Amino acid sequence: MSRTKFALTLALTLATAGQAWADPKLVVGALHVGSIKDAGYNQASHEGLEQLKKNIPGLTLLEAENVPESADAERVMEQMINKGATIIIAQSFGYQDPALNVAAKHPKVTFLHASGFKLAPNFGTFWGNNFEAMYLAGIAAGAATQTGKLGFITAFPIPNILASINAFELGARTQNAKVTTTVTYNNAWVDPVKEAAAVNALADAGVDVVTMITDSPITIVKTAEARGIKSIGFHSDALAAFAPKGWLTGVAYTWGDLYTKLVKDIVAGTWRSGHVRGGIESGYLKLAAFGPSVTAETKARIAKAQADIIAGKLVIFRGPIKDNAGNLVIPEGKAGGIELLDSTNWLIEGVIGQAK
Amino acid sequence: MPSEFLQGWLAGAIVASTPIFYAALGETLVERAGLINLGVEGTMLVGASVSFAVASVTGSTLLGLAAAVLAGGAFNLLLGPLVVARGANQLASGLALMFLGQGLSAYYGKPFVGTTVDGLAPLPVPGLASLPWLGPILFRQDALVYLTVPCALAVWGLLQRTSWGLHLRAVGEDRLVAYAAGSRTGLLRHQALFLGGTLAGLAGAHLSLAIAHTWTEGLTAGRGFIAVALVIFGAWNPLRVLPGALLFGGTLALQIQLQARGAQVSPFLLDMLPYLVTLAVLVQLRKASRGRMPEGLKEVFESSA
Repeated sequence: MSRTKFALTLALTLATAGQAWADPKLVVGALHVGSIKDAGYNQASHEGLEQLKKNIPGLTLLEAENVPESADAERVMEQMINKGATIIIAQSFGYQDPALNVAAKHPKVTFLHASGFKLAPNFGTFWGNNFEAMYLAGIAAGAATQTGKLGFITAFPIPNILASINAFELGARTQNAKVTTTVTYNNAWVDPVKEAAAVNALADAGVDVVTMITDSPITIVKTAEARGIKSIGFHSDALAAFAPKGWLTGVAYTWGDLYTKLVKDIVAGTWRSGHVRGGIESGYLKLAAFGPSVTAETKARIAKAQADIIAGKLVIFRGPIKDNAGNLVIPEGKAGGIELLDSTNWLIEGVIGQAK
Repeated sequence: MPSEFLQGWLAGAIVASTPIFYAALGETLVERAGLINLGVEGTMLVGASVSFAVASVTGSTLLGLAAAVLAGGAFNLLLGPLVVARGANQLASGLALMFLGQGLSAYYGKPFVGTTVDGLAPLPVPGLASLPWLGPILFRQDALVYLTVPCALAVWGLLQRTSWGLHLRAVGEDRLVAYAAGSRTGLLRHQALFLGGTLAGLAGAHLSLAIAHTWTEGLTAGRGFIAVALVIFGAWNPLRVLPGALLFGGTLALQIQLQARGAQVSPFLLDMLPYLVTLAVLVQLRKASRGRMPEGLKEVFESSA
């Protein structure tokens, strides 16, 4: 539905970048599923790309916004390659198959795909372990809730989101053993009208802390503030401004260093296709600044948990763990690690919601 | 618990039904003039983006609403030269209008992405807002919600109780006969397009100023098409658009409400609900509404077949 706009944006981007084509420069193409000013996922990604440009002088960046996760994405990638791009950063899960199709046709172009699970010789993936940061955010939520009911608004039940919901509940439970997390899915990465309805419905049901994995959480954070409940953001720390009272903290992506490393490896010829995953220690993501109501005690607990995770002393998914249907998913003596980002298909007990 | 569920659901249903109500009310006027505008989605997007832009630049919600009304009306008028003056295919022209609205709103709305406005806040009705169960459902809504019933009555009155409405309906039934009887058919159809557009613009403004408090590309997410279906549900009667909008708003709200209350239903199935209801309702109402369709509309489908 957004064809007109992304075509326009692409045309403008390509036109302005076009002047530099004469030199055989390094050209990187990046696809965004939404607007780079969404105070969310796409803005965080755009800021990472800006940092990449700063870190590698002479690099030409082609960015296209609002690219649908469909065959349209293939055309955008083809156009970028026509304009000299040798690296394509496909920054949304739904670009997985379109990018693989284009990768098969252009073996000399390297594709970096966010959060996917498929690989090809010239197609690798990257992702920050959002569940670790969500666990830490869960501690803040568990300490803040009065009703013991948390809300989690998201788009689709896909593995890395399910893992984040589970970790959020586990983090909250360290502060309040009886806390529950209610999940609502909007079936869209961006639909502010449904997101506002979800906040209201959750608040009506007694939820007093809400978090989200949606692309542009502005409406959720602002509606939560209007309802007088607390919020935990996602993607970008620019969000805090929309909830001066209710803001607790947030999970913010900081992609710049990772992009720089991957691009340098590709240029040096040392890059190999694979799944690059990093946790809270990697710097791919961080916890955003705390809001005014978070106590020093809670901050200290979060800092300790973070240090323990990095030191390997704290394992978030330590068995026995049951899902919310009562099945044992991680047995006693076993633990779930970063592979859960790509394999989780269950919701932990204490979560009210459906995993499929 | 069931009572709380019902309360939350109804309050959500009223909010969700308001934008589709205004859009469908506007489209009812247009269709009573024997025209069909499939571009309501585009007009809503223009209203949503213009109202947001004006409200955020001027700081005035009222100016934002006024701008949405004017922009929506003007945008719908673009159909005039095509379908009224030159007799172009209405279905294709309407779709073109939709794409134009999507493109224009996305392009000119771009500077406003990632910003917010306070917009239309809930306006509790003194006394009634504190009623035990009904208060939160009916009397803690925004001004545009309260204006739905008066607007439905006003449009009904305009169509049924004024000579302008009589002429407009005559044009919608048979424009040649109306022309022969001395009606200014072209002017009337342009007036219907304009008025319909003002209401669709208002519908868009409700989405951006009262619900989302932000602007993103494609904010309407298909609600303009639901509004077109609603006109058929309402059997081209402004008063019947109201319960129709509530039904559709109710299914939209139910999706979220069921999840927030922990119902054991797959989110994918819930997402189909509004469309299933649309199908069921259209099948059910096919016969009931057949006789009420403005005769002139049939020409649209026959000429494009």
